[in-house]
Amino acid sequence: MSSETKQILTTDGIPLEVSLKKAEKKNKIKAFLLVAPLLLFIIITYVFPIGDMLMRSVDDKMVTEMLPKTFKSMEKWDGQDLPPEEVFEAFYFDFQKLIEEEREGKLSTQLNYTKNGFKSIIKKLRRKSKSFEEGNYKEQIMSVHRRWADVEYWRAIKRRAPAYTYQKYLKGIDMYENEKGQIINVPEDRRVHRILWMRTLEIAFFVTVFCFLMAYPIAHLLATLPMKYSNLLMICVLLPFWTSLLVRTASWMILLQQQGIVNDFFVMIGLVSDDNRLEMMFNKTGSYVAMTQILLPFMVLPLYSVMKTISPSLMRAGKSLGGTPFVAFWKVYFPLTIPGIGAGCLLVFILAIGYYITPALVGGASGTLISNQIAFHMKSTLDWSFASAMGLMLLSGVLVIYWLYNKLVGIDNIKLG
Amino acid sequence: MSVNKEFVKFDKVDKSYDGKVLVVKDLQLDIAEGEFITMLGPSGSGKTTCLMMLAGFETPTNGEIYLDGNAISSIPPHKRGIGMVFQNYALFPHMTVYENLAFPLRVRKIPKDEADKKIDKALSMVSLQGFAQRMPGQLSGGQQQRVAVARSLVFDPQLVLMDEPLGALDKNLRESMQYEIKHIHESIGVTVVYVTHDQSEALTMSNRIAVFNDGKVQQLSSPDELYEKPVNSFVAEFIGENNTFAGEVSDISDGKCKVKLASADILANPISVKGKGERTTVSLRPERALINPSDKMDNIHKGKIEEVIYHGDHTRVRINLLGNSEFILKVPNSSSNLDIKLGNEIKIGWNSEDARALDPK
Repeated sequence: MSSETKQILTTDGIPLEVSLKKAEKKNKIKAFLLVAPLLLFIIITYVFPIGDMLMRSVDDKMVTEMLPKTFKSMEKWDGQDLPPEEVFEAFYFDFQKLIEEEREGKLSTQLNYTKNGFKSIIKKLRRKSKSFEEGNYKEQIMSVHRRWADVEYWRAIKRRAPAYTYQKYLKGIDMYENEKGQIINVPEDRRVHRILWMRTLEIAFFVTVFCFLMAYPIAHLLATLPMKYSNLLMICVLLPFWTSLLVRTASWMILLQQQGIVNDFFVMIGLVSDDNRLEMMFNKTGSYVAMTQILLPFMVLPLYSVMKTISPSLMRAGKSLGGTPFVAFWKVYFPLTIPGIGAGCLLVFILAIGYYITPALVGGASGTLISNQIAFHMKSTLDWSFASAMGLMLLSGVLVIYWLYNKLVGIDNIKLG
Repeated sequence: MSVNKEFVKFDKVDKSYDGKVLVVKDLQLDIAEGEFITMLGPSGSGKTTCLMMLAGFETPTNGEIYLDGNAISSIPPHKRGIGMVFQNYALFPHMTVYENLAFPLRVRKIPKDEADKKIDKALSMVSLQGFAQRMPGQLSGGQQQRVAVARSLVFDPQLVLMDEPLGALDKNLRESMQYEIKHIHESIGVTVVYVTHDQSEALTMSNRIAVFNDGKVQQLSSPDELYEKPVNSFVAEFIGENNTFAGEVSDISDGKCKVKLASADILANPISVKGKGERTTVSLRPERALINPSDKMDNIHKGKIEEVIYHGDHTRVRINLLGNSEFILKVPNSSSNLDIKLGNEIKIGWNSEDARALDPK
C-alpha cells in the first residue's frame, strides 16, 4: 500500500513531479517566445490603434484644459441660478490667457458645438474685455451681451467640464444631451446617421442573402463536378479576386450606367423605352449588384470547402432509404452544410457592413453606407473623434453579430476551409 | 410455399459509362427470393456497377432489371424500397442513431410508436440496444457498421444490397460481422445482394456466388461448387489456391484426358476441352495432391522440395514438379510427414478427377 503513495524520484534524487514541472516550464517559455512576435504585432497594429480610437472618441479634454480655473470654481455651483462672482472672475482670467495665446477662437467653436450662439458673444466679450476694470466681473461680463446673463449658457459651459464625453456616440445615433441633461432625439429632418445605419444593415443583410442564394448552387457544382471541370470553375470564381477592386467596380459602372451596356440591351430587346432608361447606378441597386458580385467568392469558398467533405454516398443513402431527392437534400445534405453557410454568411455580412470603395463609387446618395460617412468625417470635417466613435460603434456591432451567431449556431461550428 | 426464383432478374443488361467500353456485358442473372447472393470479383469487374443499377443510382444502357416481376429501370431509387448498406456506412453524421434509423420510417409516414418498436427491434437485432441516443461519430467502426445494417433493415425491405460493407474493418471484426450478417439473413429471410472482392467473405456468407470478371459473370454457383468445380481458369485462379500446368491435350477417352506437358504426360478431367491438340491449363487444388500416395492414384510424379514454410497447423511446401517450380502442397502437421526437408525428392500423387483441364490462360 505504502509503495503506491511513495514519491517517485529521478536518478539525482529530485522528485519526478518537480523535475517534470521544471521541464514543462522551459517548454512553456519557449512556446511563449515563439508567439511573442505575433503578439507584439497584434498589440502594435490592432490593440493599440483601437485603443487610441476609443480614447479619441470619448476625449473632450480641449475645453477642460482651456478653462481650468472656471471649471474648478464651478464645482460648488449647483447650476440652478446664475453662477457666483468667483466663477465669472475665474472665467475672465482663463479667457484673458486664451486671448494671449490666440486660442479663444477654438473655444468659441467648441462651445458653439454644445450650444448655438456662443460664437458671437465670445467675439463681443473679447472686444469689450480689454476695457474691463478690476473686480465685479459678474456685472461687467453680463453687460457685454444679455446671453451672458442667461443661465442656460453657463450650464452649457459646465457641461464641457468633464475630460471625457459620450456625446459623439449619441450624435452617431442622432441623439444629444440637452441642457437639462436629458438624452433626446434630434429633430426628424436632421437625422442622418440612423438612416445610414439602417441602410448599412439592410444592404449588408440583403447582399448576404443574395450571395448565399447565388453561391450555394455554385459551391455544390464545384464540389460535385469532376476535377478537370471543377478546377476551371474554381478559377472563374477566383478570377475576380485577382482583379483590382477598383477595376471591378469601374466595370460595373460601365455596365450599369444609363448609357451602359445593360441599359442598351434592355432597350434593344424592348424591355424599356429609350427615353426611360433604368437607373441602376448611384443608388441602392448599384450597391447591391456590385457588392454581391465582389463578395460572392467569400461565400463560395467556405461553402465549397464544407461541401467537399460531404460524402456523395450520404445523399444516395437518403434516397435509397426512401427519401425523395428533396427530402434527402433538406434532411441530409443541407444540415451538413450549415457550418459553411454560417462561415460564409458571417464573413460576407461583416465585410459588407464595413464596405467602403464600392458604395462610394456606385452607391450615389441613396446607396452610401456608414463607412462612407466615417470617411467623410475623417477627410472632410476632420472631426476624428466623431469618426472614431462611429468606427467603434461599427466594430461593436460586428462583435454583437459574432456573439449572436455564437449563441445561435456556435462558433466552433464554423468552417472556413 | 413456392419461392420466387426470379425475384430479381437482370435481363441482358449492358452498361457503358462513356459509350465506348462496356463495363457490364450482356448480364443474365436471376436471384431467388430469400437468397444470399454475392457478387465477387476484382475491382473494375463491374460488380459494383450492377449493384448501383439495382439500387437505381445508375441506369442500364441496354436490357432491363426486374424486381418481383416489375421492370424497375424507370423507377427512381427512393421508390424502389431497397435497403442498402454502403462501403463507408453513410450514416448521417448530424443525426443520432435513433434518428438515423427513424429516417426511412419517417419518410414513409409510419406513426411514431410503431416506428419506435421497429427501431428497437432493429437495434436489438444488431445488439446495439442502449445506443439509440449516440451520435455516429461516438461509435466504433464495427458499431457504425451494425447501425448501417440496422438502418437498411428497419423499414422491412424485401431486398437489401450491401456494397463491400466490411471493407474498412479489421480482420477479427470482419469475421465476426460476417457471421452476424449471415445470422441476420437467416433469421429474417430477406434477400441479400452482397458485393465484395474478398473471396473468403463470399465463401463464408453466401448461398450462391456470382464471380465477375471483365463485365461478365464467369460462374454462378454455390460456394462449394465454385471452389471444387471451377468452370474456367479465371475462377480457379481467383477462388482459393491453385496449382496449374499448361499443356496440350493428346488424347480424350472415358471422361479422362491425357495432357502433354514439356517433360511428361498427366491425366486430367476434361472440363472445357473437346478434342485432341487443344491447349489447356490444368488446375489442381493444393490439398488434393498427396505426399507418398497410395498406388490407386492415377497421377504419380516425383518432385524436389524447394521451400518449406511452417504455418502452425499445416506446412506449406513448394515443390518443383514437372517443370512447375511454384507447385504448392499443404501438408497437415502430423508425425507421419517427417521426411519433408528442403532438397528432398518426394513422390506426389493425385486423382485425375481432381485435375481439371480448363481453358488455356
